[in-house]
Amino acid sequence: MDYSTLRRQITFMKKSFFDQGYLDEQFNQLEELQDESSPNFVEEVVALFLKDSPRLLTNIEHTIGKYPQDFHRLDSLVHQLKGSGSSIGAVRMKNECSVFKAHCNDKNLEGCRRSLQRMKREHATLKQKLESYFQLLRQVAPREHAVNSRK
Amino acid sequence: MMSCKGLGGEGSAAAAAALPHVLAVDDSSVDRAVISGILRSSKFRVTAVDSGKRALELLGSEANVSMIITDYWMPEMTGYELLKKVKESSKLKGIPVVIMSSENVPTRITRCMEEGAEDFLLKPVQPSDVSRLCNRVLR
Repeated sequence: MDYSTLRRQITFMKKSFFDQGYLDEQFNQLEELQDESSPNFVEEVVALFLKDSPRLLTNIEHTIGKYPQDFHRLDSLVHQLKGSGSSIGAVRMKNECSVFKAHCNDKNLEGCRRSLQRMKREHATLKQKLESYFQLLRQVAPREHAVNSRK
Repeated sequence: MMSCKGLGGEGSAAAAAALPHVLAVDDSSVDRAVISGILRSSKFRVTAVDSGKRALELLGSEANVSMIITDYWMPEMTGYELLKKVKESSKLKGIPVVIMSSENVPTRITRCMEEGAEDFLLKPVQPSDVSRLCNRVLR
């Protein structure tokens, strides 16, 4: 695929993330922090999120299965997930975490279970989309680095 | 612990050492990376640690911290508790402390400000928040 086609595809893909509500302005803010000393900053931050979040989801699932229910612990775990999701602009994840927290507040275990399933689906979709996005970005990166070096 | 990167060589090391040094404290690896990136882009030297305990250890050994920016909600020692310890220390009390939180709880904000916090930022922290803050506090 030629460079201009790749660039168009990247732009279109990113726009779709925003249009479909997967990402918000925070993601743009992170991209604006990228420079020559940290050209892969956003990918690195997203990688941290994708490394950390499965652990949190597993802990949430494990805690849901415990008896007696520990809604305080559940709230604490989803608070962490909501925070880190919010920091990368993952708005759907953030919103689903808010729903989960509301169920915790109501001590609604079944609500928590349903919300967790939605969180896991959102997480899987976000992971797939962002990995595709960064894979494309890596294809244009060598050329853009060469252009920047000549400036 | 994460340090500011992207500089090399003796001249660059000296230049880096002359930059204001900000200590970032957050138990979330994602948020540590984000706040470090924001501070780095504003040309600050950053050390990021994952707990209040580690922050106090570093403050005990590192004399040159210009500002502390800490998450509020951390296990074992909250950002508020870290703030209190800093302000109770004759050696550290002059260091400005900024609190970050994802929750907008007025009583929490008031409590931190009354304890001597320089500012209270809502997460996700924006580069413009940090830039404004650092310009006011450090320059």
